[in-house]
Amino acid sequence: MAKQIISKIKESLGDKILEMEEKSFKRAYLTVDKKDIPTACKFLFEGLDARFIIASALDTRSAIEILYHFSFDRLNKIVSLRTFVDKDNIEIDSIAPIVKAAEWIEREIHELLGVNFKGHPNLVPLLMAEDWPEGKYPLRKD
Amino acid sequence: MSHKTIIPIGPYHPLQEEPEFFKLFVEGEKVVDIEVNIGYNHRGIERLAEDRSFDQVTFLVERICGICSTSHPLAYVNAVEDILNIEIPERALYIRSIIAELERIHSHLLWLGLAGHFLGYNTVFMWAWKYREPVLDIFEAVTGNRNHYAMMKPGGIRRDIDDADIPAIMKMANELIPVLDMFKGAVLDDPVIHARTKGIGILTKEDAVKYCALGPTARASGYDIDVRKDEPYAAYDRIKWKMPVQQEGDVFAKAVVRILEMYEAVKIIKDCLKAMPKGPIDANIKEVPPGEGIGRAEAPRGEVFHYVRSDGSNSPVRHKVRAPSYMNVPTCKATVIGESVADATIILAAVDPCYCCTERLSVIDKENDKKLFNGQDLIRLGQEKTKKLQKKKVF
Repeated sequence: MAKQIISKIKESLGDKILEMEEKSFKRAYLTVDKKDIPTACKFLFEGLDARFIIASALDTRSAIEILYHFSFDRLNKIVSLRTFVDKDNIEIDSIAPIVKAAEWIEREIHELLGVNFKGHPNLVPLLMAEDWPEGKYPLRKD
Repeated sequence: MSHKTIIPIGPYHPLQEEPEFFKLFVEGEKVVDIEVNIGYNHRGIERLAEDRSFDQVTFLVERICGICSTSHPLAYVNAVEDILNIEIPERALYIRSIIAELERIHSHLLWLGLAGHFLGYNTVFMWAWKYREPVLDIFEAVTGNRNHYAMMKPGGIRRDIDDADIPAIMKMANELIPVLDMFKGAVLDDPVIHARTKGIGILTKEDAVKYCALGPTARASGYDIDVRKDEPYAAYDRIKWKMPVQQEGDVFAKAVVRILEMYEAVKIIKDCLKAMPKGPIDANIKEVPPGEGIGRAEAPRGEVFHYVRSDGSNSPVRHKVRAPSYMNVPTCKATVIGESVADATIILAAVDPCYCCTERLSVIDKENDKKLFNGQDLIRLGQEKTKKLQKKKVF
């Protein structure tokens, strides 16, 4: 079953998948271009009924790397979509209109790493103090 | 202290017992909108983890939450072991399950007590806290600590259970059953509690899926997810246990799920103690290779998720922590709107957030933005409604 999920994803997303790593039978990491993230998330969340766990982002110095983790609960599998957002053009389409549960985490990534999520319904700071200076991102490494 | 001296460095969501600010918008007695603000206790744990060694992070993440203080280390060691891809000694797996289930019992008892308090049943509150004590005594016997057990480490556990202690622990576990029976009788058979919680704050299965709800909040709405079943860690696939699921999605269903889970937890603890093999408790990990790992654990409130990236050095490059309330708290938008103000506290408490959360609750009149009630008033309102019901005997 878990293998079928991967072949379904491959079939549907086709050459949108730039790289694929099946780390173990429980984990798979797919790299996609940032413009394909909403399509890929929509397919996993609505097409395959995966549960959105969370997104995690980190500063790799050259770019911001964002991972969207989806869980296939019955199949004991986590599929993580990996994408890179350039620091020169630091924006990506929001997935909050598709996955409601992503609203908070996109706000969090926005304030901690400065990624701009286009189309987010309410991109205001989530965690940090109101008087935190603008343009300072605590998890950035530069 | 000046506001500017607080420098939050990393993202961290402090579980339910930390302050979250709910703003309820009401028309008359009806709640028409809700706004949730968090971030009052942002401690930057994820950033701190980048400066600690892999062993030290276990203790750091234990401090994320005082109630489920073993769920975070457990998810974290699962993540590190996912990077390493190693076998953990059997005995360590069983002991991990015992600790996690003990924690579930004491956390659910705590919630039950608070729920009783919000409904005006202070006796339930006193009972719950009284009978939570023996659970902490078991913790003390097993781990040496009543809280912050410091049992987990990547590769195993830090302290073994002495075989001579097992009969005493078994006896204490057995003594929890009559206590749970008493709670089941007092809470689930009480007509006033039925009147106050049945059909109140319903989270439909569709909404549970849409909001990606977790743990008892999801399982009370017929959404049967549980990391212990879906991705068995520790010893959960080695023993038989049931996952209680309810369909109604109201506050009552959430209480039922939690009470039934406590019975299962006692069963798991006893079975683990019986089935636990002898042997080593630690795989003695020397170093963590470069790579990334995901670890999950089912905390009393739902799935805890940890993502750890290693570059082969002594400490993580990135450590992402996602606590279950991060997903569960936003579900109140689906449950509390349209309900009355007197029911708001118990509905918000039903996902098991903390005391401080409801302390920070205030009601604002939609017409003129004026503050009408604070948290204390709301608890009073909830309790008065129960008293009225008791007098009227409408059930």
